Amino acid sequence: MKIAVCAKVVPEQARRIDSETKRLDRSGEQALNPFDANAVEEALRLKGDDADAEVVLVSLGPERSLDALRKALAMGADRVVLVSDEAAAGSDLVASSYTLARALEREQPELVLFGQQANDSDGAVMWAAVADRLRRPLISQVAELTVSDGKLRGKRQTEFGYDVIEAPLPAVVAVSDAINEPRYPSLKGIMGAKKKPQETVSLADLGVEADRAGEPGSRTEVYAIGEPPPRGETQRIDDDGSGAEKIVEFLLERKAL
Amino acid sequence: MSTLVFLEHHEGELQKDSLGVLGKADQLGDDVAALIAGSGVEGLAAQAGRFGAAKVYLADDPALEAPLPQPRVDVAADLVRRHGFDTVLFGATVLTADVAAGLAARLDAGLNWDLVDLTEEDGKLVGKRPALDDTVYVDVGWKGEPRLALIRTGTFEPVETGGEAEVEQVDVALEDFSTQAKMIEQAHEESEGPSIEDADVIVAGGRGLGGPENFALVEELAKALGGAVAATRAVVDAGWYPYSTQVGQTGKTVAPRLYIAVGISGAIQHKVGMQGSNVIVAINKDPNAPIFEYADLGVVGDLHQIVPKLTELVRQRRAA
Repeated sequence: MKIAVCAKVVPEQARRIDSETKRLDRSGEQALNPFDANAVEEALRLKGDDADAEVVLVSLGPERSLDALRKALAMGADRVVLVSDEAAAGSDLVASSYTLARALEREQPELVLFGQQANDSDGAVMWAAVADRLRRPLISQVAELTVSDGKLRGKRQTEFGYDVIEAPLPAVVAVSDAINEPRYPSLKGIMGAKKKPQETVSLADLGVEADRAGEPGSRTEVYAIGEPPPRGETQRIDDDGSGAEKIVEFLLERKAL
Repeated sequence: MSTLVFLEHHEGELQKDSLGVLGKADQLGDDVAALIAGSGVEGLAAQAGRFGAAKVYLADDPALEAPLPQPRVDVAADLVRRHGFDTVLFGATVLTADVAAGLAARLDAGLNWDLVDLTEEDGKLVGKRPALDDTVYVDVGWKGEPRLALIRTGTFEPVETGGEAEVEQVDVALEDFSTQAKMIEQAHEESEGPSIEDADVIVAGGRGLGGPENFALVEELAKALGGAVAATRAVVDAGWYPYSTQVGQTGKTVAPRLYIAVGISGAIQHKVGMQGSNVIVAINKDPNAPIFEYADLGVVGDLHQIVPKLTELVRQRRAA
């Protein structure tokens, strides 16, 4: 089975929005979106010992994203396809899902996996747009996944409890972060990751037209960045052994005890 | 503005968030249409009328019985194409997020998510979206139409207008791929366990507890305070605690007098379920946990040290 994991590289820390471009500042250290590590782990679990199975990472981002994507290779993924093109910068859901779908069509995986959300944009919808473009069945928010006889079965939580949904392959699945504990890359894995295939492709390589990517291909925009509404005073203390006492004092002060 | 509001329903009831969005759309002006998709859903149209819909499109078909997103994308796309709605709004849930994003792809339409307000400025629709753990508020908009939006749960209260909607049945034509996913077992509200919605004091545990056995710490503290125990989605999904105790976007919304969060990082999905609490105390070892942004008192430290001590102190005080 060929499994594609759609992964995003996100700023590791100090997240801020650039007031001029109104885009997220991506100049600092980058990391694999932690929610995508669950998708990588699930792909590796499904692959198991099957020598014919393959786990391919598919990502959109600048060339230097490869450094962060290598973490997934170190975990055990087989190769990376990074769509990297300056013309793709500033892509929104419509534009990104179009490009991702083109990249996935080139790979023809039986299963496409997504993590639960992007921890930079809080986006948690990309899979549904990609599934529609690929015209494949979708199961999202999956906390338990099994595959047998060309069929998927996913258990997932909604506002009303747990659903169990079945779909034939090929399909698109988004996993929740409760589905597994991602493994830590081993030293051997880290050493071997650099040698695994890491391909960079352009929009032209995928046949993505210029007006379908980046800002021209996007249908949303940002007008302004503002302050959140004022909230009540918050105080934070470091526990020096008296944390419990301080909580009690605070509760008495607030008449909450 | 010609707006279509997608109305979600469960066990014969339109959902509150859907009705809230409907009310907001009605306030923004012009007649608002609603889409109700399901099987045997005719009875819901009147309720939609009472909460602000001038027109209800009913997609009533056995193929729409299970609350799965892809067939609903087909129905909504047909409707938008046929009637040229310039705006389609959704109260965000697990189901509607997938419907909205599928529809965005199908129509190449802009989708803004997690909005906490919607205004019209000089004829332009502007959404307000909290970002970066709610530390900034971003004004977002759309280039071209239709404009799609997912509204954060709990944002708008339903407004009963007492109106009556004109009802039109729509034909349901589904794509082959849209019907391939099948519901094998559908969720039903679980009734077991104590209700956390009425609790005056809640002690909630998250993944920071480290394992299900450590929920005992949370239970002891809750008992000392005379409160109820709640849990986050992560630990419920992991099977540590029952779903009926879950607080957050796909769980319950609570607003107790006191909420103590133990080992909870406080992602936005959790925050929306408990931000109405009167006093919020958080104990977490990670100083960067988002919950410290909105807890009235945050204690950075080891919960295994702090919680038992706190339980003991509360007991002593109560016994005194």
